[in-house]
Amino acid sequence: MSSMDITFPAFDLRFMAPEIFLFLWALFVFAYDVTSKRKSSTAAGYLAMLGLMIAGAILAYTNYGQGYGSMFLFEPAAKFFKIIFLGSAFMAIGSSFGITKERIINHRGEFFGLILLSTVGMMFLSSSNELLSLYIGLELTTIPLFVLASFFKDNKLSVEAGIKYFIVGAFSSALLVYGMSFLYGLSGTTDLVQMKINIAMTHLTFKEIGVILVLANVLIIAGLGFKLSLPPFHQWAPDVYEGSPTPIAAFLSVGSKAAGLIAFAKIFVNGLYAFNGPEMAPNDWGILVGILACAAMILGNTVAIRQTNIKRMLAYSSIAQVGYIMIGMVTMNDLGIASVGFYIFAYMFANMGAFAIVAIFEERTGSCEIQSYAGLSHTSPVLATTFAVFLLSLAGIPPLAGFFAKFFVFASAIKMAQADATAGWLYWIVGVGLLTAVFSLYYYANIIKVMFFSKEASPYRVHYTFPSFGIVLIGIAGVIIFGLYPEPILKFASDISLSFGFLP
Amino acid sequence: MTESADIGIVFWVLSFVILVSAFMVVSLKNIFHCALFLIMCLFSVAGIFVLLDAEFLAAAQVLIYVGAVAILMIFAIMLTSNLASRKIRQVNENVSVGVFVSVLFALASIILIAQTHIWHYKTDFTPVENSIVILGKYLMIQYVLPFEVVSILLLASLIGAIVLARKERS
Repeated sequence: MSSMDITFPAFDLRFMAPEIFLFLWALFVFAYDVTSKRKSSTAAGYLAMLGLMIAGAILAYTNYGQGYGSMFLFEPAAKFFKIIFLGSAFMAIGSSFGITKERIINHRGEFFGLILLSTVGMMFLSSSNELLSLYIGLELTTIPLFVLASFFKDNKLSVEAGIKYFIVGAFSSALLVYGMSFLYGLSGTTDLVQMKINIAMTHLTFKEIGVILVLANVLIIAGLGFKLSLPPFHQWAPDVYEGSPTPIAAFLSVGSKAAGLIAFAKIFVNGLYAFNGPEMAPNDWGILVGILACAAMILGNTVAIRQTNIKRMLAYSSIAQVGYIMIGMVTMNDLGIASVGFYIFAYMFANMGAFAIVAIFEERTGSCEIQSYAGLSHTSPVLATTFAVFLLSLAGIPPLAGFFAKFFVFASAIKMAQADATAGWLYWIVGVGLLTAVFSLYYYANIIKVMFFSKEASPYRVHYTFPSFGIVLIGIAGVIIFGLYPEPILKFASDISLSFGFLP
Repeated sequence: MTESADIGIVFWVLSFVILVSAFMVVSLKNIFHCALFLIMCLFSVAGIFVLLDAEFLAAAQVLIYVGAVAILMIFAIMLTSNLASRKIRQVNENVSVGVFVSVLFALASIILIAQTHIWHYKTDFTPVENSIVILGKYLMIQYVLPFEVVSILLLASLIGAIVLARKERS
């Protein structure tokens, strides 16, 4: 290899305009907070929200194209997920005004700026089609989150959450890089598309290289499994969600999870799907991930029933939700990957909304116990009703968006199983999904029961503060509108499959 | 390259030192001794890199891990009162599970890798001269975008470290 063939890949900075803007805006938020004389408790937060809105507008006017070779491709999948990252960051920041007023006095600018930097990392990650930039994007996503999780420095639980997340995050990154190094060793390239071509060109059989491929698969699934909190790599999630500031827990459960999903799709669907050897069925990793998805649905939905802390319950619920999303991922057709997109979109509104209500309630009462929600419908009927809508959407009750999300995931899996005789195991996964969805109704409905059917009125009356309650209303609008009228998002989500070589 | 038999001996000696010192790092009770063994382990890894004709990696390993990380650890230990002389148990009640999983994973990977035929392929690999020049060109030309994103990452970790470590005025 001579030094002559090192060249710049095709690059055009216009395609990464949203990321560059958001990065500069994060610096602006840091600088504003340090230099402003009169400390306003809300200015930095509104600035960060404004930045996310401008970044979203720039994103809407950015054309598809090659930003920097395969390290930055702006394509439909990237656009869809970037909207989710910006949206979840927007809703997380919007619901954190209460805690930044009361509990975060000294580093408000850093709190919001680090959320923006983490979002920049997610956006870079979703555009990369290459292992190195993918990994660095993932690190830029998680490292600010370690800090954000332990932002209540005087709170033992929060510090514990930060350290736990840090150790688990570092460990999972190590597994991921180890797996990636095997892929690089097999193919000599970090480009995910070039990788399968290079491996096919070696003409090695499964016996010769397959086991290394399996080892790489297992390591990468483990590494990303930690980010997705897919069992058996889920144990950190409830502790971290419980300890971290509630909006950060919400951001972890939607933004960071969506980042893990797109990384998973890039590596496994784009990179590893087509280059299995002749003796390896195309869905070999699919069955493994399918088993993990079943474990996620069963474990998440059953353990959630026993939780008394609302944040821990939502953590187990999010573990279960990832199980449903992974059904779409292992389906491996255009519908499957589109249903993953629609699911995470519907999940964003419902979960961010639910966490926003938990944040509002916690700010007023200081409690996250499910029992303290008793009788809330008597004193704060709007809050109780909106919370019930979010929980019903998470459970998948029609006509809310969560119902269509589950429906599309199951429908794509059944369609694939009917079309392909070797994919019969998908029926089993759908069966587990349907059964556990019934379990999930139990613990979601339990909270509604506590809120609505308690004889005594709650001692708490919650104030509807702006913008936290605005975030709740955005969530409600998303859950209801995209439940009644899912077509535009479905159409957009079906474009995702174009980025993965499936023709819709 | 010199005689392969000599290289083989050096490799086995280095591997032995790495394994023993790595085991010492996770089993000794005095954290200061652990740090010293960590330096020994990292030095030997640098030796393996030299054997593989990756001089730059060896130099970077010594500079970053031995020169910066390990020394920083020793500073942290010495600046924390009573840490260097205290006896610390490194394991808790989950040690048997941990050992079981680690041994299982190590065995599985060794068996899997031993089954492949890929190690029998002779490649026409020749080590490049001036690998630093080529690495630098790759970093500044082909991989300049991830390189720049790393600087954002460093900025984020710096800000995060300051936020977490700073003493708050109440």
